Amino acid sequence: MRTLIYLAIGILFGITMFKSEAASWFRIYEMFKFESFHMYGIIGSALVIGIIVIQCIKRFNIKSFYGEKIIFNSKKNSFSNYTIGGIIFGLGWALAGACPGPMFTLLGAGYLPILIVIASSIIGTFLYGILKDKLPH
Amino acid sequence: MNWIYEPWPWYISGPMIAFIMFLLIMVGKNFGMSSNLRTMCTICGAGNKADFFKFDWKFQKWNLVVVLGAIIGGFIGSQFLSNDSTVAINPATISNLKSLGFESAGTAYLPTELFDISSLLSIKNILLLTIGGVLVGFGARYAGGCTSGHAISGLSNLQLPSLIAVVGFFIGGLIMINFLFPLIF
Repeated sequence: MRTLIYLAIGILFGITMFKSEAASWFRIYEMFKFESFHMYGIIGSALVIGIIVIQCIKRFNIKSFYGEKIIFNSKKNSFSNYTIGGIIFGLGWALAGACPGPMFTLLGAGYLPILIVIASSIIGTFLYGILKDKLPH
Repeated sequence: MNWIYEPWPWYISGPMIAFIMFLLIMVGKNFGMSSNLRTMCTICGAGNKADFFKFDWKFQKWNLVVVLGAIIGGFIGSQFLSNDSTVAINPATISNLKSLGFESAGTAYLPTELFDISSLLSIKNILLLTIGGVLVGFGARYAGGCTSGHAISGLSNLQLPSLIAVVGFFIGGLIMINFLFPLIF
């Protein structure tokens, strides 16, 4: 049952990524050129609502659908890994035009060359895992 | 209901993303797609090579199901919910892309120069897609998250590290498009 819920949420996510054009390489390029409000509107409105939702859950101590306490994980405080890792991610995001959610949506939409991006992003993750202890964090 | 076949405007799409994050929180999970790439490494046996991949991936199975859904959602969105998936980007962006050699700008969802199956005949294209993917995977894990984990979930939870990461995403993206694209294309 829970698996079906996750599947339904994923389907909703995939449809949203495709229909919002957030999965379009062109939209990512246009965003980094500051030539359209579209992507900023998407991220900005998601954020404003997201902040309100999370603040409400915390303030009113809202429980999950299963009655469990909702725990928000804080991100570890450091600087180098977020800066360097962020820049590396940004370089790839602009080049491939897809981040780790939309790349799967594009596979479903039938753009088979995205399989190369998916496979190499798994390899990239693997390389990070191997080099982790040698990198500044 | 005809609007559903049109590209969704930002004021529908953004709230939908927030709603998806809300649903995941309410089922006791979190919104973050790049951790799936780590899980996939673990399933492929990467735990033998690095401790980073030594974890019980069964606890991440739910997120892989979300990925499966995202694939199905892409199929539904493109096959049943779109009459025409051409992305109407800014005319200035179109002429800019055409000068770089992207003739498909303004006529497609993805540039056919990079994502048409025939583009796989070019070693350069394969290399570009590979480098792009490696950077995305490496960078996302190094930064501890991607667009969903940092830009949406992290910032919604007012996490300073996520703000630093998102600024990094933009520095990287701006460098790629403004300085490296003219050299690559």
